[in-house]
Amino acid sequence: MVEWQPVILSIKVASISVMFVFFLGILSAYVMRSVDIPGKAALESFFTLPLVLPPVVIGFLLLILVGKQGPVGILLKEYFNMQIIFTQSAAVLAGTVVSPLMYQSTKAAFESVDKTLEDAARTLGASEWRVFWTVTMPLSWPGLVSGLVLSFARTLGEFGATIMIAGNIPGKTQTIPLAIYFATESNDLVTAGMYVIIISVITFSIIFGLNHWKGKNITLH
Amino acid sequence: MLTVDIKKKLSDFTLNISFTAPNKTVVLFGPSGCGKTTILRCIAGLLKPDEGSIISNGTVFYASQTPIHLPPRARNVSYMFQDFALFPHMNVKHNIWYGVKTPSHQANELYEKLITLLKIEHLPHRTISQLSGGEKQRVAMARALMAEPQILLLDEPLSALDAQSRYELQDELKRLQEIWNIPFILVTHSPEEAQAIGSEVLFLHQGQQVSEPPPSWNMNGNGKTTRSSFQYFY
Repeated sequence: MVEWQPVILSIKVASISVMFVFFLGILSAYVMRSVDIPGKAALESFFTLPLVLPPVVIGFLLLILVGKQGPVGILLKEYFNMQIIFTQSAAVLAGTVVSPLMYQSTKAAFESVDKTLEDAARTLGASEWRVFWTVTMPLSWPGLVSGLVLSFARTLGEFGATIMIAGNIPGKTQTIPLAIYFATESNDLVTAGMYVIIISVITFSIIFGLNHWKGKNITLH
Repeated sequence: MLTVDIKKKLSDFTLNISFTAPNKTVVLFGPSGCGKTTILRCIAGLLKPDEGSIISNGTVFYASQTPIHLPPRARNVSYMFQDFALFPHMNVKHNIWYGVKTPSHQANELYEKLITLLKIEHLPHRTISQLSGGEKQRVAMARALMAEPQILLLDEPLSALDAQSRYELQDELKRLQEIWNIPFILVTHSPEEAQAIGSEVLFLHQGQQVSEPPPSWNMNGNGKTTRSSFQYFY
């Protein structure tokens, strides 16, 4: 029987994750673009790593890091009396880390902005901060929205890392992909099939909506 | 008064230029790739020379010995780019006001004066994509002057325009320079334009200043050069 809890939880986790992903993606893309530091290429590869590593590997690394015996886990427990592992926060963390799509999209969007426009703003007395907010960001907006929507869709389907650090606690950490897996394991193919239809409809709507919006805004310039 | 004395290594040659620009239109003339735009970018602060100095009315923009390298925003130098670089996501009015730090009554007066002088009173609410080449040039000029610069740099300002607009705007450029009375440093590879607009012309070849127009600059009676002027450079 289909429960709506995993659907609601998936949307909630994906929504919170993309908020983090959005700001972290923009911040890291901006910093990587603005500063010239040694080892930049290595850092760039590091940011892209979650895109190519199996999510379960990311989950394992997060488990080592934020688990009860992990360095971050110990610090959180000691200073904030907080435990991440097997909570919704863990699902959000997993969703955030496995989605470097925002960073990639933001980076591409920033690079697509005509540098002459940014230079024009500088010569008109704008600080780097003002150049970013009044020229770079508005002109990157279509790319940022694409990144945001794709990240949301990716996070909605997250399984490997989530099961490693959030587990499968119905009503607490069970998202749609986990519900599909455990329904299939219990041979409840009807329920699994219903969840498959629900997540397919949601993700299709998101991608369709994005493409429709891009079609309308492609001539923004 | 602007004094430029800089060296900068470029991929094919070393730019080595020294000149003083009074409150007139100084034309940097030479073929593509001779370093003209690099000079403008160094004056604007968008590029850093390797050595030398750039001083405007006593303000040191760049000095390799001190060392000082003011960022573009601290130089009060407006730059009109070859493709005008108008912000496509803003309308004409927002573009023109972009360089104004604090809106004031005086700024408003300057705005009214500029749009009247440049004959763009009917454009403020248009988007940039709705403008013709000539209109873009006028808007870019208004935006550059609205920032109340102490120097105006113009990179091939007329190259994107048709012949008719070019003639009209040549005269306007001269008129605006006389009204504003600041150095206009203009880059061009068109001998006609250099002759028509420049109070002074600096001839450039591979990053070096050539003091006299070469003999192959076939100056004819009406003060215009002919096609053979290009022979020196190509």
